[in-house]
Amino acid sequence: MPYRFRALVIGLFAAVTFSPLAFAQNAPSRQSGSPNDWKATSEPAPRHDISGTWEPANGPNDGIQPYGVKAMPNDGKPEHQLPYTPYGLETYKSHRPLIGADAVLPANFNDPRDKCEPLGFPRADLYYLRETQILQNEYKVAILYQYGQAWRVIWTDGRELPKLVDEGVLVGNDVRESRFYGYSVGKWVDDSTLVVQTIGLMPEDRVWLDITGRPISDAARVEERFHRVNRDLLELTVTIDDPKMYTKPWIAMDKFPMRLEDPHRDVMEVYCSPSEMERYNKLFGNPTSAPASPPDGDTPSR
Amino acid sequence: MRKRPISVFALAFGLLSMSIPLFAHHGTAVFDTSKTLTIKGSVTEWDWSNPHCLLQFDAKNESGQVVHWIAETQNPGNMVYAGWGKTSFKSGDEVTVTLYPAKNGKPFGRITQVVLPNGKTLNAGAGGADTSVSPEGSKSENYPKQ
Repeated sequence: MPYRFRALVIGLFAAVTFSPLAFAQNAPSRQSGSPNDWKATSEPAPRHDISGTWEPANGPNDGIQPYGVKAMPNDGKPEHQLPYTPYGLETYKSHRPLIGADAVLPANFNDPRDKCEPLGFPRADLYYLRETQILQNEYKVAILYQYGQAWRVIWTDGRELPKLVDEGVLVGNDVRESRFYGYSVGKWVDDSTLVVQTIGLMPEDRVWLDITGRPISDAARVEERFHRVNRDLLELTVTIDDPKMYTKPWIAMDKFPMRLEDPHRDVMEVYCSPSEMERYNKLFGNPTSAPASPPDGDTPSR
Repeated sequence: MRKRPISVFALAFGLLSMSIPLFAHHGTAVFDTSKTLTIKGSVTEWDWSNPHCLLQFDAKNESGQVVHWIAETQNPGNMVYAGWGKTSFKSGDEVTVTLYPAKNGKPFGRITQVVLPNGKTLNAGAGGADTSVSPEGSKSENYPKQ
């Protein structure tokens, strides 16, 4: 499997790197080669093209979604209550988040993020959606998320969405495993709107929907609607349809605006490193329950 | 070593009081965001790392005892937007740190700003301001109050 995974990664990047459609479709010409040459405009959206480096239009923190999904924050307000099934509510209550209406103290949380587990999808859209690179060619769209250096592929070559089966998904005659980032197929519904369906996600004991512990399951089907309003503005709408967790579909992001960045921008890494996490926990740990002395017997005074 | 409250901190705090809730690795519960401490000390280590950058420094308390502080910011991917970097501090730098203290009174905190030896101020800004400042706003205090 590791070899196949590496081969897949290499194949993806070779495809997007060597495709004439990659990277440059919406980039303005580099006049002097200087990154400072980039100027925002409101030119019309190019046809069937969402490539570029995008960031939240209302500031970087808009994409963090610190109170849970942007359109339905977990703030305790009645209008933001999700339509849980009994099992969905039970699953939600088994999660102990650091944020949200049911936040717990740091000593008690169980967010898989903090074990450096992959965020998975759709959480990659619904938490820490910051600088997001989208590459595409005539076969696929690749989304490179900043958090966790994670990427996923959306096929736009006309293939059908796999079918959900008990063991995962059915791709042709092959049963394939559930995946953190699922199986995605996109279709252009007009010149500037790509609608993406994703299934085959990981089960609810491996991933959360958002930072506040809302659940998502392997029965989910997620729709993303990428609408490029003009050259510099992309709107993302995400709809969750998970009959195991929710009694009806609901919108998690509603026309979330992202603006085009300078194509020369070098995006920072944001990752979860077990060794750095260990050092952080050793040094800083849990300030609310920190003993009088830091770990290893050192005293705070010296 | 003690630094008295000055208007710039009051102004900074006013701005921070209006900040929107932001993501914090620890959530909102661990820091007392109703007040800040301003501490002058000497840098011992600067970790430019995930999940949060950590600034360690030594500062004298009212008794003259040296206290070792550890204060965090957001991760490098956030802090770079606010002008922070891997080389922002070096060991021995005399800095003035303003932070939200840990609720338990231990020498931990969330940085809101640091004044460098050359007088330049690094604001944690969106990358460092922690969540849920009380609607009534916060008040600034000088270190030490322990």
